[in-house]
Amino acid sequence: MSCTAPDPLAAHDLSTDVAVIGGGIIGLGIALEAQRAGHRVTLIDPAPGTGATFAAAGMLAPVSELHYQEENLLPLTLASAALWPGFIRALADDGYPETGFRFTPTLALGADAADRTALADLREAQTSQGLDVAQLTIREARKREPLLSPNLGAAHLIAHDHQVDPRAVAASIEARLIAAAGAEGRGEDQTVVRARVTALLHEDPADTRSRICGVLLDDGRSVHAREVVIANGLGAAGLGALPEGLVLPLRPVHGDILRLRVPEHLRPLCTATLRGVVRGLPVYVVPRNDGTVVIGASSREDCSAGVNAGAVHQLLRDAQVLLPAVAELELIETTARARPGTPDNAPLLGRVAASDGTGIPGLIIATGFFRHGVLLAPMAARITTQLLAGVCDPAWDRFRPDRFSPALQPQEIP
Amino acid sequence: MTQTMLETDPLVIDGIPLGSRLIMGTGGAPSLDGLGAALLASGTELTTVAMRRYSAPAAGSTGGTNLFDLLLENNIRVLPNTAGCFTAREALMTAELGREALETDWVKLEVIADEHTLLPDAVELVEATEALVARGFKVFAYTNDDPVLALRLEQLGAAAVMPLGAPIGTGLGILNPHNIELIVSRASVPVILDAGIGTASDAALAMELGCDAVLLASAVTRAQDPVAMAQAFRHAVIGGRLAAQAGRIPRRTHALASSAMEGRPDL
Repeated sequence: MSCTAPDPLAAHDLSTDVAVIGGGIIGLGIALEAQRAGHRVTLIDPAPGTGATFAAAGMLAPVSELHYQEENLLPLTLASAALWPGFIRALADDGYPETGFRFTPTLALGADAADRTALADLREAQTSQGLDVAQLTIREARKREPLLSPNLGAAHLIAHDHQVDPRAVAASIEARLIAAAGAEGRGEDQTVVRARVTALLHEDPADTRSRICGVLLDDGRSVHAREVVIANGLGAAGLGALPEGLVLPLRPVHGDILRLRVPEHLRPLCTATLRGVVRGLPVYVVPRNDGTVVIGASSREDCSAGVNAGAVHQLLRDAQVLLPAVAELELIETTARARPGTPDNAPLLGRVAASDGTGIPGLIIATGFFRHGVLLAPMAARITTQLLAGVCDPAWDRFRPDRFSPALQPQEIP
Repeated sequence: MTQTMLETDPLVIDGIPLGSRLIMGTGGAPSLDGLGAALLASGTELTTVAMRRYSAPAAGSTGGTNLFDLLLENNIRVLPNTAGCFTAREALMTAELGREALETDWVKLEVIADEHTLLPDAVELVEATEALVARGFKVFAYTNDDPVLALRLEQLGAAAVMPLGAPIGTGLGILNPHNIELIVSRASVPVILDAGIGTASDAALAMELGCDAVLLASAVTRAQDPVAMAQAFRHAVIGGRLAAQAGRIPRRTHALASSAMEGRPDL
């Protein structure tokens, strides 16, 4: 499909500098930073903030989420965690202070002897990376959090793993995008387009590796743009007219997550984020400012989008091992969403190789953030904004979105 | 090595020869790439997948890379399993799902008694084995290390019996080697040691006890370096198999010098 000559009859078509496909935390963050950098931005999503962002607990936890064999991700997660306080401050300075950001620490807890060993091994890996993880006695941990079960096997304090409320952040960013564009005379319907993108538009309709110059919407309209950012999570692979040879190996990893209200007499249930390993299974309890807690999360690859009863049972059971008082809470919400998983658990972020080895102009991809979407949003926004300005930091080459596309790899000279 | 084993000493199940006697599970893997690298390093030719945890993609779908693509790309045969089933009825329905989705009659039958021990429920297991055999399945029956039950499953038509070394995921090794030996000595179908393996020596021991193969998942997928651990198991299974066939020396109370003192050649 071509867009070189906007159809004069299609008066309802839109024109913008940067079109961002996807209104989850990643797309919103990118749109915000692009707007701050002076670009006219159009965010396209039928229902912003209702995908994985709606479910996410919002832990900003590069240290406690370090996994073996994924040390490559650490520079990105640490850099992004460091950006969050400034990201929040800037939103507050713009008049949007509702983000649920809290400097709460994280307690890593183990239930039995084997969980204790597992956490001790992980701590060794964490400290060998220079990360700060302090061992506590159970008594010390319970002094901080008196409702913790006395029957725990291990407690580690991770001072620098914090949290935000992703729903609040998403709402604040969306409001800020609309207000800032409005101040420049652009209407809400030009800033946030509630429609689905069906296909990319190419300068040369016969060549899907030619410059991208906009997108086609499911209502028949086009959005003409200088740059298109694909940030719609799992939906990215289904877009029409993606560059030929580009493989976006995204798979849904479903998660169930619960929200509960803490009765007055039990507040605060806990003040730190609690991350437990209970008989080998992970569970976390995240306290919110409003007196609720978030308990999560399962990880299912059963292609079943609804809330899974067994997963809910397991989460509540294991959370009670950490905090017996969880049994007294009011269960107010069960939610299931799919995380966009990639084969190596790392994002697909950057430009896509054109035939001459440079990036395809007009196209940036930012998806596959898997379980780190909220944590990595500020860094995804920064890297994307740099790419928009023509700056490409080789430090992030390992996350190139075309790394799983054999047809797009540089050819070895024989 | 695999090629040689395939020619000289293949594991034959249901008429199909396999060059590797290490059967892998997939549960607990941290990433798809990590799992793929570990499976490749293990040299496995048969890998079991929980049908309740991983749905096979619909035919003709062009979704992202998934576990089944990974196995297909690496020429690894899939053994669907009924992990997570607590009744014969659930196991039957799950087995049918696997047969339909993956077009294989093979099924690893797991009927679990409770979540705390994950031990097989003998009564439901017998009932499900009978029913699945009647429906034409080749049943790999995951069972307790009970020689009586193992023989009974074989009589009911199981294609292989899979006694546990220890409860699933415990890594406690082979807790009753004598029972495993007894099961092997009476079996005329392949005996596959399944569950409880913690480290390489456990797998070597299983093979030395006469098992035809070893099945494991957590010991590799939850290891800090799954690829290195998979390599360790690949060698351990081959080593144990060779040792079992090589005729070990008797255990003696008193020392016996490897060269006799009298008339020793002066080298």
